[in-house]
Amino acid sequence: VCIHRVRSCSSIRFIKSKYVCVFDKSALKFSHQQRLFRTSAVSCGQIVQFKLSDIGEGITEVTVKEWYIKEGDSVSQFDSICEVQSDKASVTITSRYDGVIRKLHYSIDDIAFVGKPLVDIEIDASKGVAPEEDVVETPPMSHEEHTHQEIKGHKTLATPAVRRLAMENNIKLSEVVGTGKDNRILKEDILNYLAKQTGAILPPSPKAEIVPPLRKTETVPAAPKDKARKIPVPVSRPVAFSGKDKTEPVTGFQKAMVKTMSAALKIPHFGYCDEIDLTQLVQLREELKPLAEIRGVKLSFMPFFIKAASLGLLQYPILNASLDENCQNVTYKASHNIGVAMDTEQGLIVPNVKNVQVCSVFDIAVELNRLQSLGSAGQLGTSDLTGGTFTLSNIGTIGGTYAKPVILPPEVAIGALGKIQILPRFNGKGEVIKAQIMNVSWSADHRIIDGATMARFSNLWKSYLENPASMLLDLK
Amino acid sequence: MVLQSLKNGLWLSCILRTPKACFWSTASGGLIVQSVSNDVYQNLAVEDWIHDHMDLEKQQVLFLWRNSPAVVIGRHQNPWQECNLRLLRQKNIKLARRRSGGGTVYHDLGNINLTFFTTRKKYERMENLKLIVKALKALRPQLDVHVTDRYDILLDRQYKISGTAAKLGRTSAYHHCTLLCNADKLVLSSVLKSPYKGLKSNATPSVPASVKNLFEEDPGLTSEMLLDVIAKEYATQHHIDHHITLINPADETLLPGISNKTKELQTWEWVYGKTPKFSVSTCLNMAYKDSVLDVKVNMDVKHGRIEVCNIDLPEQWLPPGLYSELVKSLTGSKFCPNETTTLVTTLLRACPQDDELHNRWSVLCENMIMLM
Repeated sequence: VCIHRVRSCSSIRFIKSKYVCVFDKSALKFSHQQRLFRTSAVSCGQIVQFKLSDIGEGITEVTVKEWYIKEGDSVSQFDSICEVQSDKASVTITSRYDGVIRKLHYSIDDIAFVGKPLVDIEIDASKGVAPEEDVVETPPMSHEEHTHQEIKGHKTLATPAVRRLAMENNIKLSEVVGTGKDNRILKEDILNYLAKQTGAILPPSPKAEIVPPLRKTETVPAAPKDKARKIPVPVSRPVAFSGKDKTEPVTGFQKAMVKTMSAALKIPHFGYCDEIDLTQLVQLREELKPLAEIRGVKLSFMPFFIKAASLGLLQYPILNASLDENCQNVTYKASHNIGVAMDTEQGLIVPNVKNVQVCSVFDIAVELNRLQSLGSAGQLGTSDLTGGTFTLSNIGTIGGTYAKPVILPPEVAIGALGKIQILPRFNGKGEVIKAQIMNVSWSADHRIIDGATMARFSNLWKSYLENPASMLLDLK
Repeated sequence: MVLQSLKNGLWLSCILRTPKACFWSTASGGLIVQSVSNDVYQNLAVEDWIHDHMDLEKQQVLFLWRNSPAVVIGRHQNPWQECNLRLLRQKNIKLARRRSGGGTVYHDLGNINLTFFTTRKKYERMENLKLIVKALKALRPQLDVHVTDRYDILLDRQYKISGTAAKLGRTSAYHHCTLLCNADKLVLSSVLKSPYKGLKSNATPSVPASVKNLFEEDPGLTSEMLLDVIAKEYATQHHIDHHITLINPADETLLPGISNKTKELQTWEWVYGKTPKFSVSTCLNMAYKDSVLDVKVNMDVKHGRIEVCNIDLPEQWLPPGLYSELVKSLTGSKFCPNETTTLVTTLLRACPQDDELHNRWSVLCENMIMLM
């Protein structure tokens, strides 16, 4: 009978190279001679067909909607396997076993039947299974001394696979200390015992979670290897760092940033920085804030910065220009569409305020409010995000003083504004006074803009902000 | 350790400061809780929490909740197929995906939600719905309400006033349903109508039905009255006191881990990313200059991201390099108007500064974004 089984097994082995034979419990009664052949034909564990259990309410079929695992994945008992749906009920199916998924019987949107196999799981032989299918009660190996073993009057608990391993190595189960649940003897316990007896160095038994079981190879994992490690007896347990690198594709916002910054790299940048005394502007804003609020608008400093920049661009239009691809022509843009860098949940976006040259400070404030609320709701339109000619980035709201901003093509200049700090400064009489100081860092395209131009523009912008009344002279 | 004692129900009773010192003094186990929040994500998170953490063996739970305007889709549904996402964004109506199956519903404060928590073995939807009908009839005996075999509750044999869905886990289960008291039917019908054409998917479709508010049948009925009478019936059937315990879904000490659950329900990956694979096959009617161009678009969307994208533009309408850049950028990005807007406007920065080109680009991109 045994020999007949071997033959049928060998034929199965050649036909179904992907799958292994599904053994019932009687198969474990193979005698010693067939062991080597059989283990080379199958993986180390036993394949169990996990059937779809009763859903309730007399339901017989469900639709498979999502798999949480795939073939080859390790699962632990109670891990989620899949989500099925039946008549408005969504059911999470969890695993009853520890093991490795060998086959999924259905694809997404297939109809699955209650009582029929859902997945095939290869159970790691040394591990116990869920209570519903406890193998403890099965009749053990044929040898007398391995049946009804007793340790201190208790019946020895061990799976048939563990009993077989003990028998093959002539170990009395009564002499082995079990470390599993209810003092159950596990495969590791047998191996530990062996190591102590023979002084042999044995490999630590593979745990399902860490080592993917051998699928197509035909080595015998349970046999001792020559270059295996000694089983460690740790004195102190260092904290294991289980962090893993995580690789994700670059998509969406990040992809957009990659494109922009790669184009920006082609522009030869130079920087110019300065500090602005905003004491007078701070006072002016305090006076104007309630007026704006009455009109239903929040007034920040940005509308002033933007308007002053536009006045400056009227004098230095090269900063509001664009250089064509071949650097052959410079286009002086008529509109001052000043971009304002915004930090959203998804990343950096730069909407712009159109035609600042014909807007009042209040108009700019209204438009900024609109762009800010759309930006935080993620609803900015394409026209809000295109057509910019010059950009200001108020990084100071987050922090920092000086920065090195990157020009956003097709523009040729950008300014980064630091935070407003109260610092000691000397006034005209040589006295130390409290001043509201903000730093500005400009970057410009050195192909068409020189340092002097940038410096003069910055000085003009600075003068408007340090003495806001002077803006009145030049406002259009 | 917190969860251990929670499973006995005792800890929960202490924290909830109910007058009863111990639930085990009652004959049979039952607990009625009501959320103080109208935030759909917080309330769905409470459902998850009770499902995951409470031991329902000794004590079943009835959870009562109402939401400010929101559209809630079923676990395996496609939001593009089910509702008007553009309108939702405009009106600031939230979109949530629940963990139970079934179809799409519109929630506002005129709609009440009832969740019946039991062990998996005691899962029985008909019983729950019959309880509701019994309660309604006790309040207004002349009301013509009955339960259909599709687990809906119909008013006057034709109007749907309640829809059902359920979630089954390993040891516990819940059945929840809506009840239309005084919801805004105009908003309901406009948001639940999808404008998106050419969608093909295996997502669970909703079955549209005529609805009516109980308020229309009897203006004396309010949501509070209905909640109360249903709680009373539940209390009677479970042999417990008619006492509703209020819970705050933002209370992390009462419900440890609740804020993570709430956050997860709001992520894009959950709300949109869990959409079963679908394809979009439609024709853009692009108005450009004086003519209208018919442009065929085919896209495959998986996990809410564009897997494949084909736009059938007339030859040379866009420089080929730019077209391939567009397709490359869209592939792998979210099927989302915000993300697409950012991508296309950014791509424009690296383009030659040509007005004609910019106009064509804008027209094409605006049309593409309308599909999302």
